[in-house]
Amino acid sequence: MITAPPVVQTKRNYINAESGLMSWLLTKDHKRIAILYLYAVTFFFIVGGIFAALIRLELATPAGDLMDSNTYNKVFTMHGVIMVFFFLIPSIPAILGNFLVPLMIGAKDLAFPRINLLSWYIYMLAGVFGVIVLVTGGVDTGWTFYTPFSSSYSNGYVVMTAMAAFIMGFSSILTGLNFIVTVHRMRAPGLTWFRLPLFVWAHYATAAVMILGTPVIAVTLFLLMLERGLHIGFFDPAYGGDPVLFQHLFWFYSHPAVYIMILPSMGVISEVVSTFCSKKPFGYTFIAFSSVAIAVFGFLVWGHHLFVSSQSAYAGMVFSVLSFIVAIPSAIKIFNWTATMYKASVRLETPMLYAIGFMGLFTIGGLTGLFLASMGLDVHLTDTYFVIAHFHYVMVGGAIMGYMAGLHFWWPKITGRMYNEVWSKIAAVLVFAGFNLTFFPQFILGYMGMPRRYHAYPPEFQVLNVLSSAGASILGLGYLIPGIYFVASLKYGKLAGANPWGATGLEWQTSSPPPPENFEITPVVTTEAYEYGAQEVLHVG
Amino acid sequence: MDSPVAVVPEIENPSALQHHFETPEQQKDSATIGMWAFLLTEIMFFGGLFLAYFAYRQAYPLAFASASNKTNLWIGATNTTVLICSSLTMALGVHFAALGKRKLLALFLVLTLLLGGVFLGVKAYEYHDKWVHHEVPGVHFDCEGCVDAQHAPLFFSLYFGMTGLHAAHMVIGVFVLLVLIWQAWHGKFTADWYTPIENFGLYWHFVDIVWIFLFPLLYLIDRSGRGLS
Repeated sequence: MITAPPVVQTKRNYINAESGLMSWLLTKDHKRIAILYLYAVTFFFIVGGIFAALIRLELATPAGDLMDSNTYNKVFTMHGVIMVFFFLIPSIPAILGNFLVPLMIGAKDLAFPRINLLSWYIYMLAGVFGVIVLVTGGVDTGWTFYTPFSSSYSNGYVVMTAMAAFIMGFSSILTGLNFIVTVHRMRAPGLTWFRLPLFVWAHYATAAVMILGTPVIAVTLFLLMLERGLHIGFFDPAYGGDPVLFQHLFWFYSHPAVYIMILPSMGVISEVVSTFCSKKPFGYTFIAFSSVAIAVFGFLVWGHHLFVSSQSAYAGMVFSVLSFIVAIPSAIKIFNWTATMYKASVRLETPMLYAIGFMGLFTIGGLTGLFLASMGLDVHLTDTYFVIAHFHYVMVGGAIMGYMAGLHFWWPKITGRMYNEVWSKIAAVLVFAGFNLTFFPQFILGYMGMPRRYHAYPPEFQVLNVLSSAGASILGLGYLIPGIYFVASLKYGKLAGANPWGATGLEWQTSSPPPPENFEITPVVTTEAYEYGAQEVLHVG
Repeated sequence: MDSPVAVVPEIENPSALQHHFETPEQQKDSATIGMWAFLLTEIMFFGGLFLAYFAYRQAYPLAFASASNKTNLWIGATNTTVLICSSLTMALGVHFAALGKRKLLALFLVLTLLLGGVFLGVKAYEYHDKWVHHEVPGVHFDCEGCVDAQHAPLFFSLYFGMTGLHAAHMVIGVFVLLVLIWQAWHGKFTADWYTPIENFGLYWHFVDIVWIFLFPLLYLIDRSGRGLS
């Protein structure tokens, strides 16, 4: 790491190459678009976080005293809608993936730079719809929009919210489309498929899920809007329809959407573990193919959300077995990462702390997923806090831990500056501790039978709920601190240099921050990925 | 700018290699793969509706058989013919684009546009007809002679959902065609570079193929009335 005092950077890079607001709003540079996404996604993360804080505040006492049940319905719905559609799905692909995929494969940009910018504007348009819903009175259906409540009985702005999610889907589709074509056609000379960084494999698999799954939620929301707005019925029994069809269509996307959230995170962890162990990841091809396997099997498990619906017991058994199968590729990844760490000299820098946290929390999230994939047990646990705890272990303990790991890992590349090491480690520990304190009690609460989506509960659940709310405040602090030291690093951070962590990827071969065209000379790759101690890239004219 | 040999300034020439591609082949390949991937998303998009159709048809065969006899076979058949012809004119447009024939390209794009317009006009008439006959579910529905009246509206919901989504794709196609015709007439496409024409052709054929599935499912399949006996 370069220890020179902060000086004004004069080298031409993607940040200082052009100036003025329009140079950002009309940019076609994937790195600048990633920054645009970083701002927008962070905004929605804060909004979603405020709603989470309101939920935990209400649940600190057994009585529903802070807000009435109607308001509470709107609060948890907005928390879910914003966190799922506006934060988790775009977070890693649209920010880190956008920034890194072209750099990692030695390309000058994504295949379709204008479509990339368009996807950001579509995201912002969806955001405008989301904000309109927020300020005009919200929606109370839960993020799942289950019919017939959403289409016939809800008092909230269902059509507007569905429209926001519908539009957001196209942003996601365009990002996925761009990644698929980019990985196929933009790789640098010599960069074969099995020399690709695992982050790129993960994003390729994610992109496949994005382009195949997202259109299905789009058409589902389209039908919901027709039913709610024009009374052209599809799902409400009053119109002759079947609400379970909505659930099938909804989860056909929304279960794979979980893999849109977790696969990019897994890609980050592969990079981070390899770098901070200075070792080739154990079983490269297994990790690469497990990403593809998760994407494929992820499409075949949606029925485990319907065990308590009218779905037949036979279909339930098939979905149960398939859900167990999808756990295998996830487990392969965990085994491979731990095997990579075995006998390595592990450097416990901040990104690695998050990565280790990911492995522990995702394992708990994954294993409790098997509880829920078991039909008999699921009948007991459906719609309890056990489910809440399970998917927060996967989405917060998994996806967001991976996002934080990635942000800390590539922050020096994105900004050219190092952040405060001590504070970043303190924050990482706070996030881990706060997260567990928030969500572990919820497993117990759920097992004891506390249902989700109620603003009041019997007094015997209070101790565990207070623990959970206390944990949430620690977790919130853990997310607040990085906001401060990241911003501070832009002004006071040490200059990072091209490769502060001693990593091997192509993105570390170019300067930090990278020049607008990424590489002054297109790199030629002659070795496999993660060749520590070997000269990886030959620059040729 | 009317002349086919007008020299377009380098900076505005889309056939010029964009900065992030190494070769024209790479640029063209990327556009083509991107288009096919987009059509894949379109298949999934319509797929949800087709699934709903099959699920409900399986569950309520009588309602579907009686309700589908209410569709106007001749209007549907006319539109099928119109759309197949428009696929032909589109294919010829791509053919003449590849040969670098500016005027013939523009001519066949215009013909495609006209046929698309005819389709949409006939569709609008058909929707109006449905409204007059109280066959619009929700606010204005009264299906005389429908068996299983509780579920018969589902057929019409699907009819409007499927043909409506299809028509929306046609409308988008018509607007893109207007731009392409203008560009073609002004000589933007050459025998070396006509990727937008080729990719739009893929889109247009895709929308036609969707109709090729919609026509039998909505108009033909229960026409014999055997499902009712």
